[in-house]
Amino acid sequence: MLDPRTIRRAAKNPAAMVSAALLIAMVCACVFGPMFMPASLGDPGPNQYAPPSWEHPFGTDLNGRDVLYRVLTGGRVSLLVGLCGALVSLFIGTLWGLVAGYAGGRVDALMMRFVDILYSVPRLIFILIAINAFNAGLQEWASREGLAWLVQSSRIAILIITLGFIEWLTMARIVRGQVLSLKERQFVAAARALGQSHFKILFRHLLPNLLGIVLVYLTLTIPAVIIDESFLSFLGLGIQAPQASWGSLLADGAGAINPVRSFWWLLVFPAGAMALTLLALNFLGDALRDAFDTRTRD
Amino acid sequence: MIATLARRLIGLVAVLFCVVSITFLLIRISPGGPFDGERKIPPAIEKQLLQKYKLDGTLWQQYSGYISDLLRGDLRLSTKYRNRSVNEILAQTLPVTLALGGTAFLIATFAGIWLGTIAAMHRQTWRDHAAMFAALAAISLPSYITGPLFILLFALMLGWLPAGGWGGLSHLVLPAIVLAAPAAAVIARLMRGSMVETLQQDFVRTARAKGLRESTVVYRHALRIAVLPVVSYLGPLAAHLLTGSIVVETVFHIPGAGGFFVHSILNRDGFLLGGMVIVYCTMLVAFNLAVDLAYGWLDRRIKSDA
Repeated sequence: MLDPRTIRRAAKNPAAMVSAALLIAMVCACVFGPMFMPASLGDPGPNQYAPPSWEHPFGTDLNGRDVLYRVLTGGRVSLLVGLCGALVSLFIGTLWGLVAGYAGGRVDALMMRFVDILYSVPRLIFILIAINAFNAGLQEWASREGLAWLVQSSRIAILIITLGFIEWLTMARIVRGQVLSLKERQFVAAARALGQSHFKILFRHLLPNLLGIVLVYLTLTIPAVIIDESFLSFLGLGIQAPQASWGSLLADGAGAINPVRSFWWLLVFPAGAMALTLLALNFLGDALRDAFDTRTRD
Repeated sequence: MIATLARRLIGLVAVLFCVVSITFLLIRISPGGPFDGERKIPPAIEKQLLQKYKLDGTLWQQYSGYISDLLRGDLRLSTKYRNRSVNEILAQTLPVTLALGGTAFLIATFAGIWLGTIAAMHRQTWRDHAAMFAALAAISLPSYITGPLFILLFALMLGWLPAGGWGGLSHLVLPAIVLAAPAAAVIARLMRGSMVETLQQDFVRTARAKGLRESTVVYRHALRIAVLPVVSYLGPLAAHLLTGSIVVETVFHIPGAGGFFVHSILNRDGFLLGGMVIVYCTMLVAFNLAVDLAYGWLDRRIKSDA
């Protein structure tokens, strides 16, 4: 588990603390904020392209929808995909690294070679194709099974799974490295001498010792998945209208600026919200990593 | 050396074969044909179209036919841009993408190495902190945030540079910087870490003891060793730039291959998409091989037996 000393070391880093506070505020705003706002703000209205005002602090968009409301609900989607996708990648990466490191030898070499190859292939491009290949199938299956909620959010579900499937590489490398050194320690030798099964050694003895570093890298995987999701949504291949995520809001915003007339609020506010979240996540993750791994500090 | 190269080339072909097969399978299992449009096409014409684009027969026949065409260097016809071959589209758009990607590659590598070295030389001073803060910020912000904001600021408000399009050098500045920034930041962080470590090694102490100037020690002696982790990052960097250029080309309205990539997915233009995936992956895998060879040449201590 995370050592309290690690947290205390990270707490001394002002950037990390500001980031943590910002993150908590952003998550609360996205999750609870829309509950306190009239839901009609998300519906098309007569007020097209209204600049920021007291009534609409972030202005309104082409369809007269409140941009603040859209940014918060879009944030829900982006944060949800980021967190769940990172959890999927954590699961795959930890398992892969655990097995590779523990098995060692040929199995290890083969498994890590596979990771190397995946590293240098444009993985997002395959995801692009895969999402569009699987989406219709999943929707059909969900409506046949009577899962109405899944029909609506089939793309979110696919994004979570597929993005989790491409962001596990770094996690696998780190876990493997840790296992390589952990398995030489005496408690593993003791467990083996007691005749415990490989399964038990892996999950009872090695895994608890990995939890700290895995959690630290989880904070760094979440922004990576958020970036991937908004990359796809920005290109119009991820979340589809009328649903929105930060990526698709940014795409709308980028389309709303031109030399004739720029509706800058459509771009600046989603960009600001997303930039703040990503910066905070990365600064926090970095500080935690430094605090955790004392060797990387000089 | 020759044996290593041969083994790596065989591996390269194997990876490419897998890439081609997976792409083909993913495209063919996607629901909806390439000719599904607003209007329903009569079955007779559809049959003819399928025959023209070699989409008839069993899945296996289609697959083996496609592979044999690929081996002859024929990427087939685009099903959306009728009568234009994929080879032709790529020949027109790829140079643009490569120009943008190549510029960004150079910017990222040199700016990253320089920034990281500066940070390592002035460790724990304001220069180090500023450089690393900037690097983390650049890593955190993807190009679809920085790109539109840069356009708003530098093109529309200040009017210094064109907002988009393709033409002279001035069109290249903003997109290349936007594309290169996150990569430069990753390199700067790698470079700082490895330079800090290298500067503590014995040969650096020897060089310093000889009375060499600090800049000579760093740039002539230490850099050569410290740059190695950066060299091994160049493969993933190229993959990152190729993927990233899809967004940057969309943002800046650059007529490169990236736009065709997105549209080929939306239009179910299978052969165009397949052709682009194959060309992109071939370039990357070949580039990775070159990087590995360069790595072995730079650091003779490594026996390149991988």
